Amino acid sequence: MIRAAGLTKDYGSRRAIENLTFEAKQGEVVGFLGPNGAGKTTTMRILTGYMPPTYGTAQVAGFDVISESLEVRRRVGYLPETVPLYPDMTVYEYLKFMADLRHLPNGDDMVDAALDLVQMEKRADGYISNLSKGMRQRVGLAQALLHRPEVLILDEPTIGLDPAQVVEFRNTVRNVGKERTVLLSTHILSEAQQLCDRVLIINKGRIVAEDTPENLQSRLVGAEHVVLRVKGEADDLLPVIAKIDGVQNAKLQPDGTLEFQFAPGADVRPAVARATIQAGYDLLEFHPVGLSLEEIFLQLTQDNTRKER
Amino acid sequence: MRNIWTIARREYKLYFTSPIAYIAALLTLLTVGIYFVVIIYYTVNNSYYSNTAPGIDIVIGPLATVFLFAVPALTMRLLADEHRMGTLELLLTTPIKDGELVVGKWLGAFLFMLSIIAVTLVYPIVLNKLTTPGIDQGVMLSGYVAIILLTAVFLAIGTAMSSFFNNQFAAFFATLAVLIVFWWLIRLPTYIIQNDSINNILNYLDLNGRFTSMLAGTMSFSDIIYPISLTALGLFLSAAAVEIRRWR
Repeated sequence: MIRAAGLTKDYGSRRAIENLTFEAKQGEVVGFLGPNGAGKTTTMRILTGYMPPTYGTAQVAGFDVISESLEVRRRVGYLPETVPLYPDMTVYEYLKFMADLRHLPNGDDMVDAALDLVQMEKRADGYISNLSKGMRQRVGLAQALLHRPEVLILDEPTIGLDPAQVVEFRNTVRNVGKERTVLLSTHILSEAQQLCDRVLIINKGRIVAEDTPENLQSRLVGAEHVVLRVKGEADDLLPVIAKIDGVQNAKLQPDGTLEFQFAPGADVRPAVARATIQAGYDLLEFHPVGLSLEEIFLQLTQDNTRKER
Repeated sequence: MRNIWTIARREYKLYFTSPIAYIAALLTLLTVGIYFVVIIYYTVNNSYYSNTAPGIDIVIGPLATVFLFAVPALTMRLLADEHRMGTLELLLTTPIKDGELVVGKWLGAFLFMLSIIAVTLVYPIVLNKLTTPGIDQGVMLSGYVAIILLTAVFLAIGTAMSSFFNNQFAAFFATLAVLIVFWWLIRLPTYIIQNDSINNILNYLDLNGRFTSMLAGTMSFSDIIYPISLTALGLFLSAAAVEIRRWR
């Protein structure tokens, strides 16, 4: 469980985050989404007991991050953005060192379990300096999961992983997230979409939106987009499609496809398909494009900037 | 206590994989070894000195001088390097106190230095064989107490500097500067200042004077208390610097 109320952090005269209030319940995966410098890392550092906020309070796993910092740190697993590893240690030594610092009673077993979880048991005796970036990331994750923390905080956890590892990683997080609280930051929006139960969009130190990925999407999608591709040039097809009742904003794209919108509930797709065939075109591709989180994100962060001006 | 030991153990092991530590150990032992051989050779071959047997100071004296340079090299990375690698963030988010981290770091370095000092124990054994009726055990004991206390102080100053600076080289030179002040410079004003009470304070703070008298076999209560207090102060300042880091 994470509960933050009015978190504010100043670095000298620069305000990194302002009045952040949010909650993450047990069994929930919450995504922190925002451009670089939005205040994601700062917030995470406050929640992990690395540094205190300037104003505001936060409870993590039921303990106050300032007055009960050690209790919080006991219950939190944290993977910072720059994976903190000792290159001169083997993977096993490193995890054992962390297990010792955390006073884990059966350290060896816990280390083995964590290695198993990130599928690094074969490299346990290799030196960390010899590991690839993806493997280092996994060792970092093993460190965060080692003591089976109630709350897992991951800062940009999938950077540097190859696509197969990303899939593996997401599975791991999803499994862990079932019974624990996971807060992860990312600027890969599809990741937030796939992994998170709830997304907090943060820009310039403030939360600009908070909802499930699906709700965020539907909240902002005014119309449904469809892309249509035919064999050859589509120039002459454009007026035909544009004339159909309910079709809005039909336009040719630079890549030769034709894109149009229609109001939700007034599906014009069958009519468009028929018209295309009747006009003598060979229909190659016909698919809807949802407004991606990417676009939502840009929309939100830009709106926010505009308001500030 | 357990956390201090965990940190210290890692730190101690790390020295055995670090080239700087090997170079520092080599330099120390080489200097002491050459110095020892030359003095013994000179004493044996010079009839004027043959009645005065060399004491333990010919081992511990040069040891202190080399430590002046070896300690900054060994302590510069203690916390500065953790900062550089990002592992300080890891350590500061594990359930250990800032003080435990700092003391553990210091202890690891202290144990490494003790290992180097332990190697030099071969010299008193040799001296004992070479001289009749053997070396003064009391002087030897006070000499080794002196060098161990001095090492503790030097390392605590180095640990503090490493926690003040993010840059290892800044930590190295700052440590060296502070050590030079306590080792050489602090008593110099006593030659020109006429005020006795100021001079008493400066003489009290002078590490070299205390060290020299301990090498000669005289040891006062404050000779023990002062270096221990200075070590504690250094470690306290390190812990404070780590704590301040959090609030910045």
